[in-house]
Order: sequence, then structure tokens, then C-alpha cells
Amino acid sequence: MSAVPAKLPTVLESLLMPFLNILVALFVSGLVVWGLGEDPFFALGLLIEGAFGYEEAIGYTFYYATNFIFTGLAVSVAFHAGHFNIGGEGQAMLGGLGLTLAVFWLGDTAPLLSVFVAVAGAALFGAGWAFVPAWLQARRGSHIVITTIMFNFIASALLAYLLVGPLQRPGGQMPESSDFPDGAGLMQFHEVLAYFGVSFEQSPLNLSFLIALLAALAVWFLLSRTRFGYEMRVAGKNASAAAFAGVSVPRVTIIALMMSGALAGMMGLNELLGEQLRLIGNFTLGYGFVGIAVAFMGRNHPLGIVLAAILFGVLYQGGAELAFEMPTVTRDLIVVIQGLVILFAGAMPHLLRRPVAALYGRFAGRGAA
Amino acid sequence: MEFLTDILLLSDSAIRIAAPLILAALAGLCAERAGIVDIGLEGKMLAAAFAAASAAAITGSPWAGLLSGILVSVMLALLHGYVSINQRGNQIVSGMAINIMVAGLAPTLANAWFSRGGQTPLLDSEARFNEITLPLADLLQDVPLVGAVYSNLLSGHSFLTYLAFLMVPVVGWILYRTRFGLRLRAVGENPEAVDTAGISVTLLRYQAMIIAGILCGMSGSALSTALGAGFIRDMSAGKGFLALAAMIFGKWKPVPTLLACLLFAFVDALQGRLQGVSLPLIGEIPVQFTIMLPYVLTVVILAGFVGKMEAPKASGIPYEKDR
Repeated sequence: MSAVPAKLPTVLESLLMPFLNILVALFVSGLVVWGLGEDPFFALGLLIEGAFGYEEAIGYTFYYATNFIFTGLAVSVAFHAGHFNIGGEGQAMLGGLGLTLAVFWLGDTAPLLSVFVAVAGAALFGAGWAFVPAWLQARRGSHIVITTIMFNFIASALLAYLLVGPLQRPGGQMPESSDFPDGAGLMQFHEVLAYFGVSFEQSPLNLSFLIALLAALAVWFLLSRTRFGYEMRVAGKNASAAAFAGVSVPRVTIIALMMSGALAGMMGLNELLGEQLRLIGNFTLGYGFVGIAVAFMGRNHPLGIVLAAILFGVLYQGGAELAFEMPTVTRDLIVVIQGLVILFAGAMPHLLRRPVAALYGRFAGRGAA
Repeated sequence: MEFLTDILLLSDSAIRIAAPLILAALAGLCAERAGIVDIGLEGKMLAAAFAAASAAAITGSPWAGLLSGILVSVMLALLHGYVSINQRGNQIVSGMAINIMVAGLAPTLANAWFSRGGQTPLLDSEARFNEITLPLADLLQDVPLVGAVYSNLLSGHSFLTYLAFLMVPVVGWILYRTRFGLRLRAVGENPEAVDTAGISVTLLRYQAMIIAGILCGMSGSALSTALGAGFIRDMSAGKGFLALAAMIFGKWKPVPTLLACLLFAFVDALQGRLQGVSLPLIGEIPVQFTIMLPYVLTVVILAGFVGKMEAPKASGIPYEKDR
């Protein structure tokens, strides 16, 4: 195979290509569904109906999308600095722990204040959990991919210990904490809308979605409008050039990875402070890993990440409905589809480049003639 | 004396636990020496474990299991090869995609085929690789020291365990004593030079991926047909990543990698042993903390307390012929 064809127009490049890649992933997923003895088109119909068919479904879709915005941004910020943060899972768990501690610390006396402290707590603990792998990467050259994965396992065990030990609901049997104090939680959208007199079916979609959008905006600002963002991107593209230009690459690495950890940590806001209102074990459910797909599908641009996150929200919510309706389809199949989307949209972005470029060339040529 | 018996027992289980780690680490080594980072070891192991357990359950033969495990693992390795070599995609993303895909696909298929909640049926003794008693082991049982080491420690492991240890010199021989091995190492260090010499970078890298696939297939089969008796959801439990860490710790060389795997396995055996045991001064360690031990050890080792680690130079970088 020779060189990748010349540049395509931006519209084709950043919208059509990812879309085609998703279609390929869905096609292969359809083959799996077909192999299980079910009708793939019927399944696709159920999936879309389950994601958009009614108000509650839409709420859930955006609720899941919120998780993916956080984890996608987390992967992306690290990637711009030239690193792979696969520790989103662990950082989210620690973020969940941070916000839980904040809520129990202040929730009884000042619920509203505790929410603000909880947001900070989630970010701080997530960043803290990313610090050790970040420091090891920057100062000792330890492979960040492996250290962050190890930190995922360690975080999971730590949370498991806390939830059957010191943090367990008194008298409880499940690995979960006591309920958060009254008022210590993020408002859900249907409550907000009801306040303005609009009725919307109940769903767990909550204010974290807005926090996630703000985070996306902040990341965009950081990357394209600040000096540090520029240093980050230079260090990510060419570390020795950055060092030569006077950028302290280790410092940039550590700060970028800690910001990445903070974003991953804030995922807990949506799950715990928006819906569960208690700390539960393994609430991260692989969202941290999906962040890799979201970041790559969104071409590591904040706007792209928000769109990709919504697509994954559709997959998640629609998939859950699908698993409910089709007995042979389990939640595991959704994991397969995720894997396929990561493979086609994330790892093989140029799969269909050649035919698309050829077609475009033909049409563009005809237009000119 | 009791202490010595303890050490002996721990070493015995360490050897058992080490087998899949060694095979996976060697797989990672072959891939990375040829310039392809294979973070998908975990997924290949899990897929092979599932394929081996399924085939063994259906045919009743562990050999059919091993063959299926290898076949599936090689197919995934070729997929990773296609992404890394032809598509020049991001190898970390591809590996993670394979890991995630398999984590979902294996239980889905297990459910569809066996309807046992994502597991395969428990394998009978004939459908597994059983313990092999080495020659003279019974005779030497009562000889002091020799008996303890030979009859208790070295004898009584499965075929796949012996195979794993055998693969270390085999891989070493291929890499350092054959022309193919020299080219394979060259393609991981300086693919341009290999290309200039008129040797196909693509072909070499695919060959390396096939070797990695075979080794990883053995590793996964060991999990479900030798160590365990069937496939359980997520049974690889991060071993693919531990194997990668062992490979880095072993500086991409077969024998040091073997030693690193043995160290990890020993710690793993130790954590199993420490569960529920009350230690002097510390008391009983909660099980969640003993589970952390191998992972913490990995981080400590990677923290570079063992000197500088130099990866093959072209590792992870797609080769573009006409650059």
C-alpha cells in the first residue's frame, strides 16, 4: 500500500469518514447479531427506538453521553501532550471517592456548598490518582500505559476495600456507602425544566451534562488559546523540539496528565452525584476505556468529542433497550460493538480513505471540467 | 523446616501460575522486537482461553482446545497486524479495541452456545491438560533435597507449563541464532535498513505477529484447560498487561523476561497464600490489599529501580516505505 491519498475537504475528512467507519463497525456488529440468530435490522430499529423513541430514552442517552464527554476529554488532553492515559477507570473511581468524602464532610451542614466542594473533590482526587503515573512517566520514563492500567486495578481493589470496610453503609451487606445527605446532589433536568413549567419525563440526565459541556469549552480554550496549551501540543508532537524551545517537557507532561485525571475523575459527578446519590463499587463500568474511542472518533477536538460522546450515549442506551427486548442479546454484545467502533473509528481511520478519495477526485474533476 | 516447606509450596504454585505469563510475555517480546506494540495480549489470551475451553468441552480433547486457542489468537494477531502494518493505525488503540471486543464477545458466544451465564461447561479431567509425573519422580520422592526439588517442585505440572519453559530457549534461539531472528530484530530497530537490503518489512512483521499469536494462544489455552477447568468471564484478569510489564522489566530479552514472570508469579502465589493469614505485628491483611500486590509490584518495578529500559527503536512506529 502506498501513501495515504492527498487531503480531502474538511467536511469529508471530519464528518463523512468517521460516519463511514461507524457504518462499517455497525455492519460487523450486525453480522455478530445475525450469527446469534437474530435479525440485525430489527435489532438496529430497536436500538434507535431505545435511544430516541421517547423523552425518558433521550434523557438516558444524554446521561450516558455525559460520562463519555468527561472520559473522552480526559484521553484527549493527555493525547495532545503525547501520552496515553488508559487510567480513566481508576481516576474516575478515585474521583467518585473524592466527591463522596466531600459530600459526607459538608453535606449535613451546607448541602449546596458541599456540591461545589464535591465537584472540586472529584477533580482533585482524579488528578491525584493520575499524579503518580504522570510523575513516573515524566521523571523515570515508566511506560504510562502500563502504570495507568495497574492503577486501575489498584483503585478497584481500594474502592472494594473501602466499601466493605470504613465506608460501607452501617448494617448494609452490599458494597456501597450510605446515601448522600439530603440536598447534596446535582439537580436532574426534569426538575430544572419543571421549575420553568416545562414537563419532561423523569430521567437521570442532570446538571453534570452542563458541567461536561463547560469542561469541553475549557479544554478547547486551553488547547487553542493559551500558552500552556500550545506548549502541551508542541511537547506532544515533538518533545525534543519543545525542550529545545525552552519548554519543560516533564512539567508539561505531569500537568497535562493531572488535568486528564481531573476530567476523568469528574465522571463520578454524573453517576454518583447526579443519579446514585451514594458511592457504589465499580460504578465506572468501562466508561474510562470507551473514552479512548470517543477521543479518537472526535478527532481529539472538543466539539468532535461531544458529538462522539452522544453517539456512544445512543449505543449505550439503545443497547440497553436492545438487551432488554432481545433475549439472546446481552449487555456483553454492547461491549463488542464498542470494541468494533474503537477498532474501525479509532485504529483504522483511513480504512475507506482510498475509495472516498477516488470518488471525490472523480466528482471534483467533473465539476472542474 | 516449616518455612522451607512454605517456600517450596509457593514456588510450586508460582511455576504453575507463571506458565501463561511466560507465554504471553514471549508473545509480546516477539511482536515488539519486530516493531509492533501489542497491548492486545490480554484480549488474545482471553479469546484463546474461551476458544480452548469451548473446543475442549465439545470434543473432549485438550489438544483440540489448544489448536482452537492458537487459531483464534493468531487470527486476532493478524487483525492487529493488519491495523498496524497496512492501515498504519494507532497500535495502542487497536490493542485496546481487541481487548474490549473480546471481553464482550467471549461471554456473548459462551451464552449463545452453552447458556451458562457467560461461562463454558466445567471440563472433565480427560478434556484438560493434567499433571505429568516426570520419570523417576516417585522413586526419588524420599531422597533428601533432590526429592523435594525434583519430585515436588519440578514434577507434577501440566504439558503447557513445561511447554512454556521450553519456549524460552526456543524463542531465544530463533531471535539470536537464526537469520530470520536477526532480520526480525533489525526490523524493530531500523526498518529502513531492512527495506534497503531488499527484505520485506511487511512480511517480517506479519511473521512476528503469527509467532506472537501462537504463543498467546498457548497462554490462553493454559488458563482455561490447564490452570482452570473451563472459561470464566474476564479470567485473564490483567495477566496480559502483567506480561507486558514483565517483558519491559526483562528488557525485551527472553531469559530476563522469564525471571520477571517468575517474580510476578511468585508474588501472585504469595498473595493467594496471604489471604486470611494473620501476620506477626501487622495482623491480617484485608484481601483487597493482598490482591493489589502484583499490580503494586509492577508499578514499583516500572518506576525504573532496575536501570534504564530501552525499547526497540522502531517499536510502535508504522513503517512507510516511500517516506
